[in-house]
Amino acid sequence: MPETLTDTLLRVEGLKLHYRTRNGVVRAVDDVSFDIRRNEAVVVLGESGCGKSSLAKALLRIPPRNTQECSGKVWLNGTDIMGMNEEKFRKEVRWSEISMVMQAAMNALNPVVRVGEQVAEPLCLHRGWSSERALKHAAGIFSLVGIPNDFMRRYPFELSGGMRQRAVLAMALVTEPSLVILDEPTSALDVLTQANIMNVLKRIKREMGTSFILITHDVSTSSEIADRVALMYAGQLVEFSNADDFFRNPAHPYSRLLMASVPRLRQVIRPEHIPGQPPSMLSVPEGCRFADRCPSRFERCVKNPDLLKINGDREVRCWLYEKGLKS
Amino acid sequence: MTGDNEIVVSVRDLHTWFELRRWGIVRVGNVRAVDGISFDLKRGESVAFVGESGCGKSTLARTLLGLHIPTSGKVFFEGINMQELDRKGLLDYRARVGFVQQDPYGALPPFMDVRRILREPLIIHGVGDRKEQESRIRESMEDVRLSPPEEFLHKFPHMLSGGQQQRVVIARALMLKPSMIIADEPVSMLDASVRVEILNLLRNIQKTRQLTLAFITHDLSTVRYFAERVFVMYAGRIVEKSTVDNLLEHPAHPYTRALLDALPDPDPENAARMRELPSGEPPSLIDPPSGCRFHPRCPHAIKGLCEVDIPPDFEPGEGHTAACWLHRQ
Ligand SMILES: Nc1ncnc2c1ncn2[C@@H]1O[C@H](COP(=O)(O)OP(=O)(O)OP(=O)(O)O)[C@@H](O)[C@H]1O
Ligand SMILES: Nc1ncnc2c1ncn2[C@@H]1O[C@H](COP(=O)(O)OP(=O)(O)OP(=O)(O)O)[C@@H](O)[C@H]1O
Ligand SMILES: [Mg+2]
Ligand SMILES: [Mg+2]
Repeated sequence: MPETLTDTLLRVEGLKLHYRTRNGVVRAVDDVSFDIRRNEAVVVLGESGCGKSSLAKALLRIPPRNTQECSGKVWLNGTDIMGMNEEKFRKEVRWSEISMVMQAAMNALNPVVRVGEQVAEPLCLHRGWSSERALKHAAGIFSLVGIPNDFMRRYPFELSGGMRQRAVLAMALVTEPSLVILDEPTSALDVLTQANIMNVLKRIKREMGTSFILITHDVSTSSEIADRVALMYAGQLVEFSNADDFFRNPAHPYSRLLMASVPRLRQVIRPEHIPGQPPSMLSVPEGCRFADRCPSRFERCVKNPDLLKINGDREVRCWLYEKGLKS
Repeated sequence: MTGDNEIVVSVRDLHTWFELRRWGIVRVGNVRAVDGISFDLKRGESVAFVGESGCGKSTLARTLLGLHIPTSGKVFFEGINMQELDRKGLLDYRARVGFVQQDPYGALPPFMDVRRILREPLIIHGVGDRKEQESRIRESMEDVRLSPPEEFLHKFPHMLSGGQQQRVVIARALMLKPSMIIADEPVSMLDASVRVEILNLLRNIQKTRQLTLAFITHDLSTVRYFAERVFVMYAGRIVEKSTVDNLLEHPAHPYTRALLDALPDPDPENAARMRELPSGEPPSLIDPPSGCRFHPRCPHAIKGLCEVDIPPDFEPGEGHTAACWLHRQ
């Protein structure tokens, strides 16, 4: 097999998560395909409501109750995990292979259970370990994420926000999964704690070889760990590029405008917002979903482009990059 | 008092402590969340409060709103001592001061849809008939870019994305057209573009209506464009006060410098290296360090001084104060 194939940890094809609402169907994740390599951090960026958390829920197969459709193919190490029955998925994949830190999870810790026990719990639950053995193992993870071991006996309210975020991170890592999905792990934290958590993630990536999907809208912080960047717009991927190219030379017109909206501390460039709004997720347009707001719109845009490959390893959903138009 | 320098809010030596009890009875100490804070806010200015998690920003905001009773010290709003307000006075005050609460999800009642959430303040303060209420609701939804309103009016909080929830909280704070807004991390869950848009919006309302805006934020890279002054808090105190430009160009307090150093710009080089950060954790507010509270983490601490004496506000420049012994004249 070519190296790129053996290197792939997760392969996602045509993933969909649609919700049923009073006003119609919300197509929160609408035909998303991508892959993640071993020991790679893929950052999922995109504006609020574009479907980032929904993407994570679909991958972990935890769709909410009003789900209309949750479908698509996902392979983990070559094994189809979407076709698996729930029992097997729960035993062999969720937590043990793919774990997740939910958006705002640090506020969802059980207030009456000591954090050490909460962090060790997945081991008892998914591996049937005794709590003694699980706690001992958890202690190692606590050091890794930078929580002093005596904090294991504390209750969540006795920890600062940063420590609680580390605790939920520890909980996601305790089973040593090959992929950890982090949904906005730092957006509620101050800059020092944020930088600290990013340092912890870098260390874990190096020492444990873990792959990450980091969901965030914080472009600057995402650059602390990103190997590749997936940018979502209205339920779809619009660009998937390596981090160097994405941050220095964004390709999709939306990517370029997004980068121009990011404030910089070390340069005085007034950040500009992107005029207009994303389409309603209830009735997305036939054509390119960004066309309404796009300064480079032209006739072709009445049809929605596929993801086009450019420069070898980049993918862009934009007619500008159709053969010959632009390189 | 009129014009540019009219003082709207005046805070003097404010302390808000929480009593800490074990098993609900035994007193074991106080959490000194706000511990000796003084400042003035002028009409029509925008001031950003920054500082690490747990340093007392929300407690300060809630004390200003009358949601916590100060342990000592005073808060004046337009010259009136807040502690002397009766119930009606307090209700009026709350109508004039909008509050954008941190943690939008917790701020929204789960059993109300968006329309009801936004109508609530109008009902409480008896504003308008149903028709006027409805048009106000739609107007402020458009203001925060929750449009078309029809798509959101019937949604309950759990059906909204994090950023959409946050915008509902902002819309609610604008419903009564307040003269001051206290916003506790109003845009923390929003992406860069919407963040800039909402901050522009708050900024425009603030300028056209001469609104005073006090906002808590972690994002020092936006303050340049959306605030006149910045107050840096550490462990229950304000350690540096300055105009924005001055603070960004010449940060005086070592803690402020650490905050600035920790903030990344979008640069792929970042992934290749660990970021240098001050060692240690923010201090306990129950038993804060002696002297300067930052001294255990400070790379410049002067032995025999910083751990002994509390630094007063020195003035490294005009309109710029720093509570740090490095700046003693
Ligand atoms: N249970 C649900 N029922 C109906 N609509 C939903 C539900 N959950 C989410 N949505 C809608 O689906 C879209 C995508 O939501 P999602 O939470 O995935 O966004 P997001 O990209 O994570 O946003 P944020 O950055 O604000 O967290 C939004 O328009 C949201 O309102
Ligand atoms: N009602 C309360 N009772 C006891 N302690 C409290 C209470 N509210 C806050 N505290 C404590 O007071 C300190 C300051 O909390 P506060 O919420 O004001 O911090 P903050 O600066 O807003 O932090 P963050 O950035 O995390 O929101 C913390 O140590 C907190 O645990
Ligand atoms: Mg989300
Ligand atoms: Mg707070």
